[in-house]
Amino acid sequence: MDLKLDDEMTAFRDEVRGFLDDHRADFAYGAGADRPREAALAWQCRLIEHGYAARTIPKRYGGYGAEPDILKSRIISEEFTKAGAPRGLAGQGISMLVPTLLEVGSEEQKLAWIGPTLRGEVVWCQGYSEPGAGSDLASLQTKAVEDGDDFLIQGSKIWTSTAAQADMIFCLVRTEANAPKHDGISYLLFPMSTPGIEVRPLKTMTGSAEFNEVFFTDVRVSQSAVVGGRGRGWFVANATLKHERGMLGDPNATEARLQSLVTLMTEETVDGQRLIDDPIMADRLMQLQARVLSMKFNGLRTMTATMTGEPAALAAMVVKLQGCELNHQLAALAIDALGELGVLYEDGPHLRAKGNWQRSYMFDLGLIIGGGTAQIQKNIISERGLGLPREPKLAVV
Amino acid sequence: MDFSLTAEQRMMQDALLKTLADVASLGQVRRYADGGVDSADLWSAMADFGLAGMLVPEAYGGLGLTLLDAALAAEAFGRFVSPGPFLGAMLAPLALMEGGTPAQNAEWLPRLASGAATAAIAIAEHVAGARDGAGVTFAQRRLDGLAHFVLDGVGADLIVVADQTGSLHLVSGSAVGLTIDPMPGLDQTRRMATIRFEHVACEPLSGGPQGLARLRDAGWVLLAADTLGACDAMIEKAVAYAKERKQFGRVIGSFQAVKHMCAEMAAEVEPCRSLVWYAAYAFDAVADESSLTAAHAKAHLSEVGRFVARTSTEVHGGMGITDLLGLHYWFKRVGLNRQLLGGPERVRRWAAKLQGLVE
Repeated sequence: MDLKLDDEMTAFRDEVRGFLDDHRADFAYGAGADRPREAALAWQCRLIEHGYAARTIPKRYGGYGAEPDILKSRIISEEFTKAGAPRGLAGQGISMLVPTLLEVGSEEQKLAWIGPTLRGEVVWCQGYSEPGAGSDLASLQTKAVEDGDDFLIQGSKIWTSTAAQADMIFCLVRTEANAPKHDGISYLLFPMSTPGIEVRPLKTMTGSAEFNEVFFTDVRVSQSAVVGGRGRGWFVANATLKHERGMLGDPNATEARLQSLVTLMTEETVDGQRLIDDPIMADRLMQLQARVLSMKFNGLRTMTATMTGEPAALAAMVVKLQGCELNHQLAALAIDALGELGVLYEDGPHLRAKGNWQRSYMFDLGLIIGGGTAQIQKNIISERGLGLPREPKLAVV
Repeated sequence: MDFSLTAEQRMMQDALLKTLADVASLGQVRRYADGGVDSADLWSAMADFGLAGMLVPEAYGGLGLTLLDAALAAEAFGRFVSPGPFLGAMLAPLALMEGGTPAQNAEWLPRLASGAATAAIAIAEHVAGARDGAGVTFAQRRLDGLAHFVLDGVGADLIVVADQTGSLHLVSGSAVGLTIDPMPGLDQTRRMATIRFEHVACEPLSGGPQGLARLRDAGWVLLAADTLGACDAMIEKAVAYAKERKQFGRVIGSFQAVKHMCAEMAAEVEPCRSLVWYAAYAFDAVADESSLTAAHAKAHLSEVGRFVARTSTEVHGGMGITDLLGLHYWFKRVGLNRQLLGGPERVRRWAAKLQGLVE
């Protein structure tokens, strides 16, 4: 255990701080939730140029081309968070497709898609889940039938974020009708403007349509759009899912949320007393602080394990389950501490924090379910982490 | 930047676990709990191992290690629900190094390091609250009063006791005017005592309440580490049982209802390991985070420990509550760790005060 930064890392941290000091005026032009604007794209390009986005992606594909260094990545993340600086773009194209292409894409696919995706010129959505294929994703039924040099695709996807804004989709479809379920899937890339695609917004309990349903009717896609080989889509997608799970329990984001909660509870009052002066609320806050610290230190531990090439095992496996639950609990405490104010939602003079706590409380429940439900996570932990046997398959009647 | 154990630390922990497997098997723990043997043989094996002198500086015959090393040893102790005056052996040297004179250090540290002298720490009423008349007063170079919940107080050669101002004093276990009575508890793997002081001669340590604060922080970390080790053992036992026990023609570990209980235990405990290690490291290396992380480690491990203790017991079904299986030694160990030096609610209130969040 030695948590001090050495000279090289201290110098690197100072370099990041210098960059942030020099560019404070640009912070307003960061990435928004919507399709990136021109200024956001310019910020993204500046970040790539300095190695603060797309850091380890090779130069020939449009990245910065640094050697992977997990500690430097962490320093960047910490300094950006501390400075309140906007990070680079983070859509599913950048966080999931790009790593997948780097791992299994053809040279032609890498050259065609990684650069424009990193620069925000091409926005992607992910076509994985289907109405009948959620936790059992490999049972997906969207079909691609050969037609000359093309596939004709029929079926539908659900939980597709940013489908309405996306230029392209990376999509799992069944291309080999007679193969066993895991061996019949291919991973395809095609434009969302292809005729036969219909996008319907899927409104959630937050009141917004964070997701969509996507319907495919005779959608014609070239067979050359397959990534990683026909029938290999399941394995290609699993390479991507591991990136998604890592993203869903980020302890830095959780720590920032705890800080907001502390501010809320020390500034808001009820009956003339600060919310935190209610001993039960203070106790709940301390319980959550212990959990936030545990996850933060757990992040340091798994980072060290990655740096030294050791399997992080259980410490890494529990991050999605514990992290998403913790985020939900933080929002729940904020709402409880706010009391009746905690149930306001529409814009109004009494609404606090623009309704973010209420939105998180609902949306985070979705994150506990999405990206591998809590129950699927427990299967993974017990089977891969503790060596307990899988549930035996039912005999087919 | 390295959040991991050194090769030496891993080797030390492995070697300690092997030694404990010999000297603190369930059979031996059971004999100790039933009053058939005392912990002298076990403790002499631990002293041979160097355990007693872990936190004693090398100049006084110890190993001069850090609280993280001691926490790793505590984890091993908890894993085996091992008896033995471990906590006093770790805390007494810290008290001496905070406020001992060269003469006091020379008198006690070498004997503590070799295991020739055992120590007990009487600070409960300052950390967990004063009950049943507890409170020790220092006046005219003498101590008077009552200290409860003193772990390994019976037979201790040295007692480190806090007076009404929180200043620490050394008292010889054989001093005139001391009455030491056992306080029988649920956890039979460790013994507590009530100590009555009647005009007892003592030697004050310098530094005032700062010494007490260091003992409290270190005590919190070591109790949390003991619970962590006990949790590891309870999860291992539950998983092993779930892989073996068959009902409805299947091992019960293949039922999601059972395997999810095991997964929940592991998911709760793994981040705790990181918290305990960090708090132990901070005690020596990050002064401004030491007290807060120690408090959180103590309180959080108390909660997680309770969850693991009951869940592991449930995974064992009816066998879990029998004396025959012996799982209850871990259950009770975790229960005592929860209350010693303050239950989690009290410690969390203190943590909120420390940060200036509440008055």
